[in-house]
Amino acid sequence: MGWVEWGVVVLRVLLVFVLLLGATIINVWAERKIVADMQSRIGPKRAGPWGILQTVADGLKLFFKESVTPRKVELGAYLLAPFLAVIPAFLIFMVIPFGAPFMIGDTEIALQGADLNAGLLFILAMSSMAVYAVVLAGWSSGSKYPLIGGVRATAQAISYEAAMGLAMVAVVMFTATQGPGGTLSLSEIVARQDGTWLGFIPQWNVFPQIVAFVIFMIAIVAETNRAPFDLVEAEQEIVGGFHTEYSGMRFAMFFLAEYINIFSMSALAATLFLGGWNGPTWEGTVPAFVSAILPTVWFLLKTYFIVFIFFWIRATLPRLRYDQLMSIGWKRLIPAALAWIVLSAISIGVRQFGLPWS
Amino acid sequence: MVETLLFVVMALVAIAGAALVVLARNPVYSALGLLGTLLSVAVLYVVQLAHMVAAVQVIVYAGAVLTLFLFVIMLIGVDKDEPSRDETLPFQRWIVGGVAAVIVLFAAGLTLFGDFDWVPAASSDVLPEATNGTIEAIAEPLFTDWVLAFEATALLLTIAAAGAIALAHYRRREG
Repeated sequence: MGWVEWGVVVLRVLLVFVLLLGATIINVWAERKIVADMQSRIGPKRAGPWGILQTVADGLKLFFKESVTPRKVELGAYLLAPFLAVIPAFLIFMVIPFGAPFMIGDTEIALQGADLNAGLLFILAMSSMAVYAVVLAGWSSGSKYPLIGGVRATAQAISYEAAMGLAMVAVVMFTATQGPGGTLSLSEIVARQDGTWLGFIPQWNVFPQIVAFVIFMIAIVAETNRAPFDLVEAEQEIVGGFHTEYSGMRFAMFFLAEYINIFSMSALAATLFLGGWNGPTWEGTVPAFVSAILPTVWFLLKTYFIVFIFFWIRATLPRLRYDQLMSIGWKRLIPAALAWIVLSAISIGVRQFGLPWS
Repeated sequence: MVETLLFVVMALVAIAGAALVVLARNPVYSALGLLGTLLSVAVLYVVQLAHMVAAVQVIVYAGAVLTLFLFVIMLIGVDKDEPSRDETLPFQRWIVGGVAAVIVLFAAGLTLFGDFDWVPAASSDVLPEATNGTIEAIAEPLFTDWVLAFEATALLLTIAAAGAIALAHYRRREG
């Protein structure tokens, strides 16, 4: 690779990094505003217009605070855990395309950290790495509530990862019928959701795969440890859960990882089910730069729609009990996902080869 | 150039992780060492353009198996002072260590001074094919030529899982 290609790669990675940090600043503020509104409160309003700089103020405060290290911690794992939380969170977004590829001269530049052939598998791998941070933080704190949080996190992540993966399988199977051969590359999955059915229904996977979409949504809420699945850090039961003993910047890194995960998982849901950056660009009727930027706008709108659902669920539903969490995961979601895979397979088979008795 | 650099770094990380597995006093750090080894081997797979194998390595071994290891270690609890220093294996350790040392020295001597190729290098025209379709390359034979073996393995694993559940329930009723 020459210097230009290296430069493009570095720029794309930096772009994803900045996008995620910016999205986190907006997300934290948006969550506080939205939840406040749903609870008839005002929410942050002092820092900047509508309180939009609240996250920046909080971040600066955490940055300058002392990171207290309790005496009984296992120092190595205790210091490692926040980094293990942030790194997979950033990496997940690397394979998600957040805009239509565009041309500069002869080189096509994809708005995506890296277009992996095994993109979906990469996302599964990284989201399974994220659990180590919680487990290690819980264990190394040398305190009982973090340990309980860590054990809960392991069980929860393993249980809901299965449902999430199975929902993805149904989407991958359906995507294979939309073009030549199957694919796990996210840019290809987005490209195959282009067009419409009957002239007005967008060709998004959410319509034929609605059951998979619901299962996937429940599973990603559980994967990101958000309410009503936030048993990992249930304040009323186990103080702060795994991050009880963390303070200052180390705590801020867990916080950052959680919000980046929300954003990445929402982006993934938008990519798999809502057509990613697909949408009308009105090429020719609007200035060229507008139609170049519109796909990214569509992508962000869809992602924020899902992010809003996250906040909405949090403000609406009470937390589950631990046994309810397990029974929903293993006795409802996984069987439902398996049944849906079989149903999709049958319908795909019938559409491709006709009825078995014909 | 990049490939060599990555190989050297990742190989060193893998060896350091493996050493940590056996040397760490605390089993949690052993598990972490194993995690480091598994991840660096996954990076080596990526360097060889085997994205699928790397992803599976991380999902299955680092993601599922090792998480369960950690889970068990944490649940059982770790007492750092617990293991007694009394030697229960008086000479077996020395025998195993000696045999391992001889094997390693033999292998090192072979690579340094041997003048024959046990493992011929892959011809250079193999790689570009694999760049953009390792998943397809694995899936195609798996679901055509080897579909019977694939399905039989799946059935076997299902039986194993069902058997484990049945055994657990049987024990509980007896107790």
